[in-house]
Amino acid sequence: MSDNGSVAAATWEQVELARHPDRPYALDYVHAIFSNFLELHGDRVFGDDHAIIGGPASFDSRTIMVIAQQKGRSTSERAMRNFGMANPEGYRKALRLVRQAERFKFPIVAFVDTSGAFPGAGAEERGIAWAIAENLVALSAARVPILTLVIGEGGSGGALGIGVGDRLLMMEHSIYSVAMPEACASILWRDIARKVEAAEALKLTAADLKRLGLADEIIPEPPGGAQNDYGQAADAAGAALRRHLKSLEAIATDRLVEERYQRYRRIGATS
Amino acid sequence: MFRPKTRYVALPSPRAGVGEEIDRLICPKCDTSLEPARLTAALGVCYRCGYHFRLRAPERIAMLVEPGSFREEDQAITATDVLGFTDSQPYAKRIEQSRATTGANEAVTWGEATLAGHRLVLVVLDFAFMGGSMGAATGEKITNGIERAGQSRLPLLIVSASGGARMQEGMLALMQLAKTSAALGRLAAAGVPYISLLTDPTMGGVTASFASLGDVIIAEPGAMIGFAGARVIQQATYETLPDGFQTAEFLLAHGMIDLVVPRQELPAVLRQLLDLYAPTAAAPGLQLQRQAKKTAAPAPAVTR
Repeated sequence: MSDNGSVAAATWEQVELARHPDRPYALDYVHAIFSNFLELHGDRVFGDDHAIIGGPASFDSRTIMVIAQQKGRSTSERAMRNFGMANPEGYRKALRLVRQAERFKFPIVAFVDTSGAFPGAGAEERGIAWAIAENLVALSAARVPILTLVIGEGGSGGALGIGVGDRLLMMEHSIYSVAMPEACASILWRDIARKVEAAEALKLTAADLKRLGLADEIIPEPPGGAQNDYGQAADAAGAALRRHLKSLEAIATDRLVEERYQRYRRIGATS
Repeated sequence: MFRPKTRYVALPSPRAGVGEEIDRLICPKCDTSLEPARLTAALGVCYRCGYHFRLRAPERIAMLVEPGSFREEDQAITATDVLGFTDSQPYAKRIEQSRATTGANEAVTWGEATLAGHRLVLVVLDFAFMGGSMGAATGEKITNGIERAGQSRLPLLIVSASGGARMQEGMLALMQLAKTSAALGRLAAAGVPYISLLTDPTMGGVTASFASLGDVIIAEPGAMIGFAGARVIQQATYETLPDGFQTAEFLLAHGMIDLVVPRQELPAVLRQLLDLYAPTAAAPGLQLQRQAKKTAAPAPAVTR
């Protein structure tokens, strides 16, 4: 196998680990790291989306606001959660929770785990793009600390729709991409079978994002991946969240929001 | 029968566009053979069925603003291949080709201009440059335009035409959604109006960021606007998509945009919007109002 081929194969292994069916999902982390989590429901407009969940929880002595993409474990739960692909209602529920977090000064902890926003006719009719864009604005200006942790797949605008924050943390075997490799292969190569090459070209692993200066920290997983030891994965994630939250809480709000603006402003800046 | 469909049309402009060299153009909607001169006079709208041909950025700018008033900024900013991305051909080569065929360095052109007596910041995307896709340089230019509007307190008009985020720039492209949206959040907080004009096609990450954040959102008739493409939706859901799915008219009916405005009427509608949202002493709309006040019955005394 050529050098490029083996690099691509290693990248694909990361993609498969990020999607491993036994991998801990958002609620596994939430219950392990926080206490008192109370899931709130509904966007107050149309419905309740089970692909994005959220609500307040206790983290040490403070209350934080959880916003998370949740995949299903069993066949019926997968269907109920729409395979972690949210409709506009999920993003609007998240927006409601962002507003509430600002009102009560709860830091936000977002768990990203989706292959993307749901590509459906109803999602388009109810303005999925509008819902995501509104969240980008709201999160970029929210006057509370925001930690984003990618636990599995970070898929495109659907991930970013709850993923704008002050720190981007990634589990060791998580991925984050402008497009899923299959979609990229079918668009650029017109051949979905080229997904392995696409995955390598997209630079989507946690290590790639760290190298690109987009991810702040890679959280180590147990040997072989987080699916092998939920407790160990959650302990590492919890410790990182605690440490980053503490440092963000020491920053005055105006400066926090300005630094968050500059954090994104710098990406791709020419001067 | 295979017949290449021409979706672009060249209008008179200082810079040559992708313009068609042939004598006649076929309307992709009604199949009418169109005379270029008549089509040009009709602003690139089929004079038989009203189909709106896509416009290149220079033609769009020439059509919208007062002649000679556009001052382009950031012309030199160009895409760079940070990831070393190669699909069927290297991204660096694609950039080179797009620059050669379009005469532009990026998929977006921006600057200050005058429209109906109003100074404004105008940002225009060009679908002919890599599908109008948003990479880091694209996002940088758009953000520079948004920030200028904020600093100068000039109204902002962005004309979108894009397939979405540019895949060849990976996550650096995706992050431009956050960057442009954050800048628009600040513009909105500063109370500077933003008009978003959606043209065919506006899809993906561009719809999910700056394009849908206008205080007023206008679309050209028949423009395809959405997030996921119809083919992707059908593959994912096997749904039968309704007639006119993701057209400007479909979005208007679903409450996602304010107006569908034919190209010929755009100048008048933009003038009205600018008069309303960015009134200045020099703007004709306000002068008319003042004159009307003088001739009206004496107003009752008002205490502040």
